[in-house]
Amino acid sequence: MESHLPEVLAGIRNDLLRFARLQLRDDAAAEDAVQETLVAAIEAAGKFAGQSQAKTWVFAILKNKIIDSMRRRAREPNIGSYDEEFPASAFDSLFNERLHWNAAERPSDWGDPAQTFEDAQFWQVFDACLDRLPPNTGRVFMMREFLGFDTSEICKELSISPSNCWVVLHRARMALRLCLESQWFQGRK
Amino acid sequence: MLSCKDATELMSQRQDQPLGLMAQIRLQLHLAMCVGCRRFDQQMNFLRQATSCREGKSQEPQDTL
Repeated sequence: MESHLPEVLAGIRNDLLRFARLQLRDDAAAEDAVQETLVAAIEAAGKFAGQSQAKTWVFAILKNKIIDSMRRRAREPNIGSYDEEFPASAFDSLFNERLHWNAAERPSDWGDPAQTFEDAQFWQVFDACLDRLPPNTGRVFMMREFLGFDTSEICKELSISPSNCWVVLHRARMALRLCLESQWFQGRK
Repeated sequence: MLSCKDATELMSQRQDQPLGLMAQIRLQLHLAMCVGCRRFDQQMNFLRQATSCREGKSQEPQDTL
């Protein structure tokens, strides 16, 4: 099969950059990761089978570059405080005194995901909500959901306890769903 | 009886690893009776689906891959 790698790379460069920026929260680091990815992809061009798989394959290279970048930065002495980002009480206002949903906060029906996923505007809102996650919480969530780490791996990489890991992920999801409720779904009834 | 607050924690947790038997039973009983939490569970699944297919989705409307 004829290789169309240069065209594929040109077409997805913006997607790669957006993905890298979301994970790394640092334009320079994201640019570096994408650049290294493009170079690696071109150098290994013989290894991919065809255009349909190229995007997935290039994203796999990018994820590894991002992980390397995150590991380098994790060694920097920036001890983030997860509790400062989302304290234990962060979402208490959603529940009443018996800890059941307040009527106004009850989750709504988000309908058919496939339909929502067709809408390019949804992804803009989704990315904006991801970006709103505070940095340390966001990093844990990204590692779990976008970089394919399981919780024990995240705990090891970031030197946090398993219970902290689950708490951080839970709060990230609580924040994310609230953001999507208000920024996307509430306007669409 | 499980509160909604506790139920949300269990639903989040089971996105990452299976719950123990007792926790699973308590959650299922709660879900059978609580539409808000059933929707929350759907939302958790939605988030998981969204993140797993994100990279394939472009924001440029002209993209028709």
